Amino acid sequence: MAAPKKGRRSPGGQGRPGRVLALILIAMVALTAGMFASGHTTPRLGIDLAGGTSFTLEAKNQPGKPNAINTTNMNTAVGIIDRRVNGLGVSEAEVQTQGVKHIIVNIPKGTNAKQARQQVGTTAQLGFRPVLTSTAGVKTPEPAPSATGDKDKADKGKQDEKSKQDDKNKSSGSPSPSASTQGRPVTDALKADKADATPGASAPSSAKTDDKGAKKDDKKAPTPTPATGDAAALQKKLDALDCSTKESRSQANEAAAGAKPTDSIVACRKDGQVKEILGPVAVEGTGVTGANAVFDSQGGKGWIVQLKFNSSGSKKFAQVTGQLASKPAPQNQFAIVLDGEVVSDPSVSTSIGGGQAEISGGFTQQSATDLANVLSYGALPLSFDVVTETTVTAALGGEQLRAGLIAGAIGLALVVIYLVAYYRGLALVALASLAVSAILTYTIMVLLGPAISFALNLPAVCGAIVAIGITADSFIVYFERIRDEIREGRTLRPAVERGWPRARRTILVSDFVSFLAAAVLFVVTVGKVQGFAFTLGLTTLLDVVVVFFFTKPLMTILARRKFFASGHPWSGLDPKRLGVKPPLRASRRRASAPVDPKEA
Amino acid sequence: MSRLGTLGARLYRGEVGYDFVGKRKIWYGISILITITAIVGLAVRGLNMGIEFSGGAVFTTPKTSVSATQARTTAEETSGHTAVVQKLGDRTLRVQVSDLTPEQSRKTQEALAKKLNVPLDKVNTDIVGPSWGDQIADKAWTGLAAFMVLVVIYLAIAFEWRMALAALIALVHDLTITVGVYALVGFEVTPGTVIGLLTILGYSLYDTVVVFDGLKEGSKDLTKQARFTYSEMANRSLNGTLVRSINTTVVALLPVAGLLFIGGGFLGAGMLNDISLALFVGLAAGAYSSIFIATPLVADLKERDPQMKALAKRVRARRAADAAKAEAGEAPEDATDADDAEDAAAGVVGQRSQTASRNRGRGGATGKRR
Repeated sequence: MAAPKKGRRSPGGQGRPGRVLALILIAMVALTAGMFASGHTTPRLGIDLAGGTSFTLEAKNQPGKPNAINTTNMNTAVGIIDRRVNGLGVSEAEVQTQGVKHIIVNIPKGTNAKQARQQVGTTAQLGFRPVLTSTAGVKTPEPAPSATGDKDKADKGKQDEKSKQDDKNKSSGSPSPSASTQGRPVTDALKADKADATPGASAPSSAKTDDKGAKKDDKKAPTPTPATGDAAALQKKLDALDCSTKESRSQANEAAAGAKPTDSIVACRKDGQVKEILGPVAVEGTGVTGANAVFDSQGGKGWIVQLKFNSSGSKKFAQVTGQLASKPAPQNQFAIVLDGEVVSDPSVSTSIGGGQAEISGGFTQQSATDLANVLSYGALPLSFDVVTETTVTAALGGEQLRAGLIAGAIGLALVVIYLVAYYRGLALVALASLAVSAILTYTIMVLLGPAISFALNLPAVCGAIVAIGITADSFIVYFERIRDEIREGRTLRPAVERGWPRARRTILVSDFVSFLAAAVLFVVTVGKVQGFAFTLGLTTLLDVVVVFFFTKPLMTILARRKFFASGHPWSGLDPKRLGVKPPLRASRRRASAPVDPKEA
Repeated sequence: MSRLGTLGARLYRGEVGYDFVGKRKIWYGISILITITAIVGLAVRGLNMGIEFSGGAVFTTPKTSVSATQARTTAEETSGHTAVVQKLGDRTLRVQVSDLTPEQSRKTQEALAKKLNVPLDKVNTDIVGPSWGDQIADKAWTGLAAFMVLVVIYLAIAFEWRMALAALIALVHDLTITVGVYALVGFEVTPGTVIGLLTILGYSLYDTVVVFDGLKEGSKDLTKQARFTYSEMANRSLNGTLVRSINTTVVALLPVAGLLFIGGGFLGAGMLNDISLALFVGLAAGAYSSIFIATPLVADLKERDPQMKALAKRVRARRAADAAKAEAGEAPEDATDADDAEDAAAGVVGQRSQTASRNRGRGGATGKRR
């Protein structure tokens, strides 16, 4: 039984109610201060109150892969979707799992819902594509990782030649020193240099040459990269491609992601510094079985990413690296493309067989881990259905919030009127307790916003309003107990103390049931119901806290006041009004009544 | 207050009181009648499932001069399904199309936005795939089952199995009535309704538990006296907590009513309305069932207990003796005082005779109750 044993710590026991009161007041002040310190003074609002678009995605079961839907896969999917959605340029979108196989995507107002839907709905596609042309997107040169076997100098030379043709870089930045002469030469950096050497060179002519170069290369090499389609068109696309801003990049990614694996595409590198023409997919992401970020202490390469392929992936990879290795830069590079975005574009110098490869160069621990994750999970075979989509305009959201608040305020006002009419002076205690409860609930909700990304939505508001009843019931139970004790002929002070253990038990037992309901709801349900359950559970817990640490000590203190102790008609504890009979009779009567307070 | 206050006092002392337990057959009858009506309503009319369960879309437009008919035509032409268009208060339209796939819904949304000549984002949209509702319903059932099992276990430990059983019956009773009201009135069932229903679970039991707590306390030393049978005691404790029950119900219903009539009134249809309607019906049913169904049920079950049978027998015997005494003209002057004096004696006698009577009860009791 959940009822506390007698003798257990009973806060606000007759001893020092003042201390307990002080304790809860300190807690309130601390929470309020914390709220202001955190810089949030209003709870985070859900989509239905603030406006915006919300999607629920459901992972589809795949035939032959019964265990595909698991926590790891779902978390990875969340990561990928999060990257896509926040790539829209609005970084407030939130993506989280709900239950076993649902993902909720909330995008605040002011975002293009249609675009978001497209981004959210598609599956993550990972592929390795040979690089046909590479050109700088922005000025800052940065070392690009290169595959093992590293590069040779010849490569570099060719690369230089080649990159002269590259152009249409709006960023005519300062030339930077050329990259290291050994080990991992930095192709992109070099390219950037050369490009800078011919600043502002206009596109068309050089672009043409470039095309031819690319084509020639393709023909020469028996790679699976037939430059299908119109190379000139591709070059034009590349010229038009702008990788400098987040928005333009996400558009480019979207377009590239929509292309068929057998088509050549233009794409931006993740950091926006390089844009490339890429050949058809040479190795599908599904060919990768795993990737790890490892610190190579022996070879001195720093952080590297180790790759493992399955047998067909391994074969293809060996083939394509073999072909690429013999080519001039940048065509000895392959791009790792995730959802149309080049995550990494290492170069190769030899055919890499054996089903294993490593990518090295210029990684930090973070970037190596990120790349490993992308490689491991990027082409995760989880696909999603959009099962719900809700768009709420900010106007309607505001209206719903207002309606909820007005309804809550009116409901609360009615409760206040009823309590005052019935309990008079005692109502003060009830109202103060409700107020304390409200303050605690509000501050905790505000603080939970940044802490666990709790968002107040309409069902949560409803939960809070319903909780008024449950909270007020605790006071009513206690007050009725006190009044019963007074009817037994006791004076107020003993009545307050004797009534408490019984009231306490009732409150605990019943709140436990209420909390159980909230907990079960929270665990088994998804979406809107969960927000409701959370609020209900929170307020139920706070109800117990408030009754134990506020209402009871306050009653103990007030019982010492003359106004209440003498049973003033307005105190709500007037023995006459409570119908106390002459003590003799009352006490004798009580002796026989089965309703006998033994626990007090 | 004063009148209710003294009423509380009189209820507490058992001077006045409604015989809830004694007249339980009436209440059982009423409840069975309501429940049957609800079930019949459910069977005949069925539930009006919202788009969240059937799949489809609801669009709420901004203020517009486009008429409802035009909007309906647009929606129906695009989607190929029947559209229901409602005019809301401030010249906005609510267009609902059922049985749509998300793809069709999006096309419809675009067509509507075009027709109304507003940007796509200005149309409030609620698109739900057909499988979503099943999921919600599934989860709700799982939750319901899990909750019931846990609560029965908890109540069986905290109180006893009879109370757990009675509470469960009362809970099912409340849910049936609420669902029945939805079927009969034809309100749309939405996730909001489900939330409301699930809350009733918690609240209905909460209320029952508070009443049972009083009951448990009252029955503590019941077998040591011979003045009251279990049923009578149950009735007394019920009347004792009646003021609490009334107050709590009023206090719980007031905010919900505010939500339902005021909050809902602002917006017409919406989640506020859905939740609060289910809550309103459910809370009222919950308060009713705690008093009129759950407690009498416990009394019924308890009276089958050999110990309580024995008690009832003793009480009957004692009353017969009292009556005989009264007939013999030995009626005491002051009923109360004599009563009390005798009571003390009876307490002792009762205790002594307890074992004997219990044995009698076991060995071929008549099975008559009360």
